[in-house]
Amino acid sequence: MSACLDIANLSAVLPNGQRVLRSVSLAVQPGEVRALVGESGAGKTMIGKAVLGVLPSSVRLVEGDMLLEGEDLGRLQPKARRTLIGARTALIPQDPLTALNPSRRIGPQMTDRLVRILGWSGEKADRRTRQLLDEVQIRDPERVLKSYPHELSGGMRQRVLIAAAFAAEPRLIVADEPTTALDVTVQKQILRLIAALQREHGTAILFVTHDLGVVAKISQKVSVLYAGKVVEEADTAALFAAPQHAYTRALMAATPRYTDPFASLKPVDGAVLAGLAAEIAAADLAWRRPHG
Amino acid sequence: MDEARTSRRGPSPRLWLAGGWLLLALLAAIFAPLVAPQDPLAQDLMLERLPPFWLDGAEPGYWLGTDSLGRDLLSRLIFGGRIAFIVAFAAAIAACLVGSTLGLIAGYFGGWADRIISRVVDIWMAFPPVLFAILLVAVLGTGLSSVILAIAIIDWTRFCRVIRAEAMGQSRMDYVENARIAGYGRIGIMLREVLPNVVPSIVALLSLEMGIAVIVEAILSFVNLSISTDDPTWGSIIAEGRLSIHQAWWVLVFPLITLILTVLSFSQFGEALKARFDPVLR
Repeated sequence: MSACLDIANLSAVLPNGQRVLRSVSLAVQPGEVRALVGESGAGKTMIGKAVLGVLPSSVRLVEGDMLLEGEDLGRLQPKARRTLIGARTALIPQDPLTALNPSRRIGPQMTDRLVRILGWSGEKADRRTRQLLDEVQIRDPERVLKSYPHELSGGMRQRVLIAAAFAAEPRLIVADEPTTALDVTVQKQILRLIAALQREHGTAILFVTHDLGVVAKISQKVSVLYAGKVVEEADTAALFAAPQHAYTRALMAATPRYTDPFASLKPVDGAVLAGLAAEIAAADLAWRRPHG
Repeated sequence: MDEARTSRRGPSPRLWLAGGWLLLALLAAIFAPLVAPQDPLAQDLMLERLPPFWLDGAEPGYWLGTDSLGRDLLSRLIFGGRIAFIVAFAAAIAACLVGSTLGLIAGYFGGWADRIISRVVDIWMAFPPVLFAILLVAVLGTGLSSVILAIAIIDWTRFCRVIRAEAMGQSRMDYVENARIAGYGRIGIMLREVLPNVVPSIVALLSLEMGIAVIVEAILSFVNLSISTDDPTWGSIIAEGRLSIHQAWWVLVFPLITLILTVLSFSQFGEALKARFDPVLR
């Protein structure tokens, strides 16, 4: 069975030649949740954007392949690529405040997309939308469908976005820190909701997060990212039982413990980072040579 | 829910006052031949410089007095309103169409389109607007259409700048990216996702621009470069009133008040409409 998403050797550079993704390889099997964990600026979001074809114009992919259900995204014509990505993927964004169009009501925003992507009739799309709102436990779908985004709370908006992401039955969802912008109390509910819908629909998820606690709860596989490089990749259970890479261990040691709220926050061990920096510099040098 | 919202916000006096004046002036202009008490062009030297109705020596039927040729001031203001409104609507809409389209393209697409459009706007705005207008009318020839054209040619940059900035801000929002992922084309996203969010600003600017067009038209008639010397316009009445300020102050003061009220109403009406149109401000 071919992977739902297969990224091989993906590298991206900024206009100044700096590498932001360093030969990233990762695969997401159908129905599997793969967490992508790392610090801010590690390139987690960049990978998600690369898959979805919405990289900022300044970032250039210089090598590597991305296969979405066996189809090579790099080989497709732009229009065919857009259609494929639109039909097979969806995004659960980080910030529910800006991810809905403020001047359009929720209902048309959700149904338009189904009509457009799947060629459904308006009536069928409407029924589907209501069903999904029910699945994300929105009790008053009639009111929500008629609302403008600013009339809903952050948690409600994130529910709407989750419903919208699952509505078109995509094979792969990129969840880009979907709980970061929410209250701690709401975070847990949203996370449970995503996990429940994921199981029910059998959707593969690339789950971008900086929170190891979230990783442990939701994912089966993990890739640990540092400076655009996958430093460790493992089954979630195995990773937490026995982290192999020094950086993973340092990252885990730096996770705050709620059992001791007065302990000061620990930064990631400097010696580990220095070692990693040297490793990356050497790798970059080696990478540049054959490319001139 | 809509009722609750309205009552919480209360009626907007700004909207009603400004809109009321504009409606009154517009209706008077449209039905000028019916509502004007006198023929605006009829001269009568026996009736020259009659004062407005509450002063001694006023004649019934000449409510705001007459000018130095004995023409009725109120009728001239009402007929002048016709040209003012025609210029306001036509010039503002033309400037809006050109400026908003270019602004939307520059703001949404960015890159080369933005660089070219923005440089043109910069160069355009280096010209002093009034001088530019006088120059344009001198080249195009006087007449209603060249006044409208001149105002549109000068003022499209106002729309372009504002709409570009707004479209740029909206384009960075996640909902635009989401539409990209869903497979919508760029032009489709520009029109369906971005445009509705800049419409409130377009409406406000359009109304503001109508006021500005009224001023520019008045300036052009003031320097005798507008329509023709026969048809009354607010600017030409002001120009005549200036000459007889010491003998008949009303010939200058009433058209000035009309002009100021109209321009102010346009800008206030636009602001109030923007608040109504914007789902977030609402």
